[in-house]
Amino acid sequence: MIRKIIISMSLLAAIQTAYASEDEIEAGKILYRTYCTQCHGIEGDGYGINVADMEVLPRDHTDRKEMMTRTDKDLFKAIKHGGKSVDKSVLMPNWDGNLSDDQISALVQYLRSLCCTQKQK
Amino acid sequence: MPVINRSPDSATVGSVILLGIIGVVAAQTAIASDTEKYIQDKCAGCHALSADDFDVNDMSERLRRKGPPLYYAGDKFKKEWLQGWLQSPSRIRPGGGFPPDHTVVTDDGDVIDEKTLPEHPSVAKPKAGDVAEFLLTLHLKARPPLKTAYQPKEVSPMLGKMNFNKFKGCSACHRDEEGVGGLSGPELYSAWNRLQPEFMVSYIKNPVAWDPHSMMPNKHLQEPEIHKLVDYLKLIGEKRP
Ligand code: HEC
Ligand code: HEC
Ligand code: HEC
Repeated sequence: MIRKIIISMSLLAAIQTAYASEDEIEAGKILYRTYCTQCHGIEGDGYGINVADMEVLPRDHTDRKEMMTRTDKDLFKAIKHGGKSVDKSVLMPNWDGNLSDDQISALVQYLRSLCCTQKQK
Repeated sequence: MPVINRSPDSATVGSVILLGIIGVVAAQTAIASDTEKYIQDKCAGCHALSADDFDVNDMSERLRRKGPPLYYAGDKFKKEWLQGWLQSPSRIRPGGGFPPDHTVVTDDGDVIDEKTLPEHPSVAKPKAGDVAEFLLTLHLKARPPLKTAYQPKEVSPMLGKMNFNKFKGCSACHRDEEGVGGLSGPELYSAWNRLQPEFMVSYIKNPVAWDPHSMMPNKHLQEPEIHKLVDYLKLIGEKRP
């Protein structure tokens, strides 16, 4: 009986986390559209409207293999402090002046859904 | 002779002058409020004229925004440019007010769908002067200090371009010549002709201090580095016909 309660309680907690991050992913999606698609593309494939003359192509955020080699912390750092902070191109801007830490975390969650948990087309 | 006992004649002259002054002031106020009403009717639907709306809104304002904010127009634009542009507006933002709204996905990557970019309404000549004059009275109350020691200096075209492009990454979002560079920000080859130099320095230093939902990153540049970038914008701006 007690075990059952514990199991259902942890299940509830799991569902709650899932819900919380649904909201977060949705928030991240809007932020991504506003600040990131200009370079990373509407679909996150790295082919945004800005890339024609860019010397380094923006990361393809749908590339599961490549994205799996980065931790959430790596992604957070790249977004907050820019490409230079992770030994990548300056063409990836730092967003610390525009976005709060919560907003950047939401973006990381959205990136994870783009690369790795969304159903592949 | 008592001071109060003025001759009727001078009193009449005085009140005529006074009436005249009131008349001029009234006429000027009428023009101002006429223009203000015109701008409220024709422009406010797309342009924020006061920063107040921004503080209460979250960033979803950026997605709904139809045109750039004008509440700091007086800190931003050069007068001659503004008067001229209002009469015959040309495109400044190659990707429109909010580029994702004008972007289509193709097999060759994302492109701007030019068909969806609207023509800007124009303002006829006598009115354009009044509208420009009114817009130039708008200042950001809590504006960042515009005082800067900026003094234009010579910069070599090659070094200037390299700085703008490779070192500072501005060209990722801005064009520095027609057809070259990013599409999401306003083109900057005419920036020197459009914008007050002090504004450019201040905006590059801290974009969100002007517009909390600016899509331009703050690259934490030092003043001397910013001055070099503005020198380059001057160089390419003055080169234009
Ligand atoms: C001005 C163009 C531009 C914009 C805007 C931009 N990026 Fe990037 N981004 C790049 C480029 C270029 C790279 C590739 C850097 C490299 O590989 O050297 C990159 C790489 C990245 C990386 C991968 C870093 C790594 O470890 O390889 C992440 C994560 C990223 N961007 C997230 C974002 C997010 C989130 C946003 C929006 C807040 C954003 N980018 C906006 C250009 C841009
Ligand atoms: C339908 C929406 C709309 C209306 C109505 C409109 N504008 Fe605009 N306005 C825009 C957009 C979009 C831009 C950006 C155009 C560009 O960058 O090419 C713009 C740009 C401007 C600019 C340049 C701003 C900058 O930061 O570069 C000025 C000045 C301006 N408008 C003034 C006016 C005035 C004055 C009126 C009223 C007579 C007006 N606009 C009416 C949408 C509108
Ligand atoms: C990630 C894209 C991006 C990068 C990188 C970027 N900007 Fe911007 N910039 C913008 C956008 C977008 C605006 C207009 C504000 C908006 O629409 O939110 C802007 C506005 C400006 C303006 C004001 C122009 C006007 O007409 O309103 C200047 C000046 C400027 N940028 C200079 C620079 C310089 C110099 C650099 C390099 C240090 C730079 N920008 C880097 C996107 C960018």
